Amino acid sequence: MHIAGLSRLSILDKEAETLRGQLNSILDYVEQLGKLDTANIEPTSHVLPLNNVMREDLVKDSLPIEEALRNAPDGTEKFYRVPKIIE
Amino acid sequence: MKLNEMTITGLRNLLDKKEIRPSEILDDVYARIEEVEDKIHAYLITTKEQAYKTAAEAEKTIIENKTALLTGIPIAVKDNMCTEGILTTCGSKILYNFIPPYESTVTARMKAQHYLLTGKTNMDEFAMGSSTENSAYYPSKNPWDTGCVPGGSSGGSAAAVAADECIAAIGSDTGGSIRQPASLCGVVGLKPTYGAVSRYGLVAFASSLDQIGPLTKTVADSALLLNVIGGHDPKDSTSAPGEIKDFTKVIGQDIKGMRIGIPEEYFIKGLDSDVEASVKDALKKLEALGAVPVEISLPHTEYAVATYYVIATSEASSNLARYDGVKYGFRRDGKDLLDMYMKTRAEGFGPEVKRRIMLGTFALSSGYYDAYYRKAQQVRTLLKTDFEKAFEKVDIIATPTAPTTAFRFGEKTTDPLQMYLSDIFTISVNLAGVPAISVPCGFSAKRMPIGLQLIGKHFDEASILKAAYAFEQSTEWHLRKPTL
Repeated sequence: MHIAGLSRLSILDKEAETLRGQLNSILDYVEQLGKLDTANIEPTSHVLPLNNVMREDLVKDSLPIEEALRNAPDGTEKFYRVPKIIE
Repeated sequence: MKLNEMTITGLRNLLDKKEIRPSEILDDVYARIEEVEDKIHAYLITTKEQAYKTAAEAEKTIIENKTALLTGIPIAVKDNMCTEGILTTCGSKILYNFIPPYESTVTARMKAQHYLLTGKTNMDEFAMGSSTENSAYYPSKNPWDTGCVPGGSSGGSAAAVAADECIAAIGSDTGGSIRQPASLCGVVGLKPTYGAVSRYGLVAFASSLDQIGPLTKTVADSALLLNVIGGHDPKDSTSAPGEIKDFTKVIGQDIKGMRIGIPEEYFIKGLDSDVEASVKDALKKLEALGAVPVEISLPHTEYAVATYYVIATSEASSNLARYDGVKYGFRRDGKDLLDMYMKTRAEGFGPEVKRRIMLGTFALSSGYYDAYYRKAQQVRTLLKTDFEKAFEKVDIIATPTAPTTAFRFGEKTTDPLQMYLSDIFTISVNLAGVPAISVPCGFSAKRMPIGLQLIGKHFDEASILKAAYAFEQSTEWHLRKPTL
């Protein structure tokens, strides 16, 4: 349930039970990585030798606001609308 | 032969000689869709009206002798690539109504070459799956046996090509999602080197592994499509800089003296005997064509699936955080903002996507990060080094694409791990970032297609295309069609 919360997923108790079993069996399988000695191995996060790809800091064309908002479930003129956050 | 049964190369020739018109190709393609789509369900939506409009423009350019590479060629696109103004659901309920306001680089490049979009193809939700059974809408069927899955996640694209419901298709591959369905449906599927094709406009699943590529009826068509979609794109910071190559140049070159590595770890228990026999025959054929087989070892292969399911789910948990019911897609209202997020995501995502988000969230969570995520990244280094060492001795590597032929619906849905293991031979390739192609190499006793996987060095698609073409031309597997 803690992980469901961190994942921002509301889960029913019944669902949680099935998921717990499935996730545990996947994690058991993943445990085999522990057999490998990786003490002096650098981690690979990415296979390309590219770092901090920059472009010139110039203003370029971007989506018009109406276009960017068109897919929003709720919005008003120039804003997305979300449920009230501050009481 | 009907026009929908032809290849890009074949149609290009007839179109350029003005023997046929683009609208005639569309007539045959949509007649076929009308005829078999009820049995196959390859598409989530078709875009017939727009396709005919584009075909009319294509006709003008042909008359003016201004044809481009794909002028008048009907191609299907997996539904996780943004197509401006055309519904893009990613096989998910959470994007059930998403109309992208922009075009992905891959489809923009095909548009620049005047392709005709036939429709958006079905897929496992967010490309998470190996059978299309995780599509939020319906599963696609294998044209060779509609009781079997077409593979996944690009199962709709593979089925559409195999059933001649398009001339070629575009898919994406994170752990085998182009090659495994290509193998199961008897078509050619290419996953290019990571960074060779722009991911701009591809709905992200696991950003360090995702790569777009073609599913085609022949190797020559695969090379041609790679020419169109590949090359540097400033809109994708992981797109590799460099000159655009012409991959069609290697088509037809001989493979005498090419050293082909055969890794012992890929011929293991669990490999179907029909698959093993076909792949071994294929290796003999390559040898007869002048290639030199070399026994090699990729010693960390057995750890690939475990490594993948930590890295891919971790990246997915982060990428999919954007679906919160605010900017686009489905929203379920709640008593406050957090409740809205939780309900929206609980209802909008399917079970496999939720499982993977939770697994990734766990692997990245405080106290477990080093044991899982960092550990998997270190094993990824070992897997990558396996390939680097092997490629010191060989030019390409040959393996089966999938351990079995297409499995039946429901066979692997109850145990997620069993489904994950169907990608056992394709996953290492994504972790190492190297290119690989699956090419038809035979049929099982039950008349289901089998694929041969050829793996190349970084940015050496040329070698695998060359070998795949030489193999294809010396066999007739690619000419067989399913009876529907």
